[in-house]
Amino acid sequence: MSATTDTLIPAQPAPAPPPKAWTASRISGTLLVLFWIAAAIGLVAYLYAAWDIDKVERYAPKYRDGLIVTLTLVGLSIVVGAIVSVPVAIGRMSKNPVISRLAFAYVYIFRGTPLIAQLFLIYYGLGSFRPQLEAVGLWVFFRDAWNCALFAFTLNTAAYQAEILRGAIESVPKGQWEGAAALGLNRIQTVWKIILPQALIVALRPYGNEIILMLKGSAIVALVTVFDLMGETRRAFSRTYDFQMYIWAAVFYFVMVETLRNVWNWLEAGLTRHLKR
Amino acid sequence: MDNYLTLLSFGDQGWSDEIAWGVLITVSLALATLPIGLFIGFMIALGKQSEEWTLRISAEIYTTIFRGLPELLTLFIVYYGLQIGIQLLLKLLGFEGTVEINSFMAGAMSLALVFSSYASEVFLSAFRAIPKGQYEGGFALGLRRGRVMRLVVLPQLIRIALPGLGNLWMILLKDTALVSAIGLTDILRQTGVAARVSKEAFLFFGIAFLLYLALALISSVALNRIEAYGKRGEQSR
Repeated sequence: MSATTDTLIPAQPAPAPPPKAWTASRISGTLLVLFWIAAAIGLVAYLYAAWDIDKVERYAPKYRDGLIVTLTLVGLSIVVGAIVSVPVAIGRMSKNPVISRLAFAYVYIFRGTPLIAQLFLIYYGLGSFRPQLEAVGLWVFFRDAWNCALFAFTLNTAAYQAEILRGAIESVPKGQWEGAAALGLNRIQTVWKIILPQALIVALRPYGNEIILMLKGSAIVALVTVFDLMGETRRAFSRTYDFQMYIWAAVFYFVMVETLRNVWNWLEAGLTRHLKR
Repeated sequence: MDNYLTLLSFGDQGWSDEIAWGVLITVSLALATLPIGLFIGFMIALGKQSEEWTLRISAEIYTTIFRGLPELLTLFIVYYGLQIGIQLLLKLLGFEGTVEINSFMAGAMSLALVFSSYASEVFLSAFRAIPKGQYEGGFALGLRRGRVMRLVVLPQLIRIALPGLGNLWMILLKDTALVSAIGLTDILRQTGVAARVSKEAFLFFGIAFLLYLALALISSVALNRIEAYGKRGEQSR
């Protein structure tokens, strides 16, 4: 009698995977997901139940106006701030110690204090110099809360953008400058054609973050009587005592920030595709 | 000039004692938020690199929400939302009346929500910087998961995360200025009251500005010290 059987055992299916154990992390994870689902359903149900056509008709146009104010304010201050940031960044990289220290002081002061304190100092504080400002004709500008907000935001974002720009330019290796010089390019050509294209790719992500930070930070203008999205929300809430006003503002801000973030990711993916392997 | 000195003196005529109280509130609010925010942030970071997809997605939802909302709006939603929520709950239990929640608590809570969602990203990238061999080495020595985390991973993690957490601390310190909007008597609130009463807006808001700058300076010196202390084991070149 041989040790082996004459017939082979036919191929068997793989054994079933063991049932997944209910570990502590699986239980807590499931509970958390259930919590988020419940929160989402609760939010939609709340907004549905609180839907009031009178309030929608009265406040929807105001929210739209507020949204426009927010977007204009942020857009303008980012663009003007970008222009202001160029000389500051150049000053930061200057070999002249006086200029570089001055630029550093500007950046440090505006990055080290809250935007809201800067805004209050400009809006309320400059009121103390009303006679002097009237004498030079600037009072017309600083009388208006919107202008003050634009001014404060521009100075603030210029300080942040100057640091982004400086970091990006300094991230370009020195050999790039030397190579351009060896090819006989002058300074403007070097900066414009060699350095900036490489630096701005590095700066893309921080710039996106800065725009998002400004968009979120712009909500504080509501505290100096500018009726942006947050200002309109506060006004609507103080008139109706209806909490859904804040929820709607949250929805709008959230959608704006997420849209911006995703558009920026897509933009970055497109612009850096030559760097990926 | 004498007028300014009176305004800035301590006591009934001056505002320095009120402003000093404001500094105390600002600093204690930031210090109260820090441990809560760090703890939640650490937990969220653990969730983000968990093997359970449910934990990962829950953590992602949390950070997406609180990084997508303006800090001021989060503050208002927490402050008024809690107030209305508690009022509704009490109504269900048969208690009528208005409830006012502590603005310090609401401020610390909303700042902790924002802080923790940013801190989780810092912790997460620090976790990724620690090689897997560190965990394996710990397990090979027969340490349990908790002890590997506490004795092997955490000491390295803190050192890597320190610069990022330092930045977050500076942001937190600046964000505390927002709580003046819900009536907490912090630096900005106290100087604002002083400015309105004395009609010297530039003087008092300028003082608030300088106080925040001083807090930032002190923090950056302290953070440098802590970072140097954390690096003392590394070879200096």
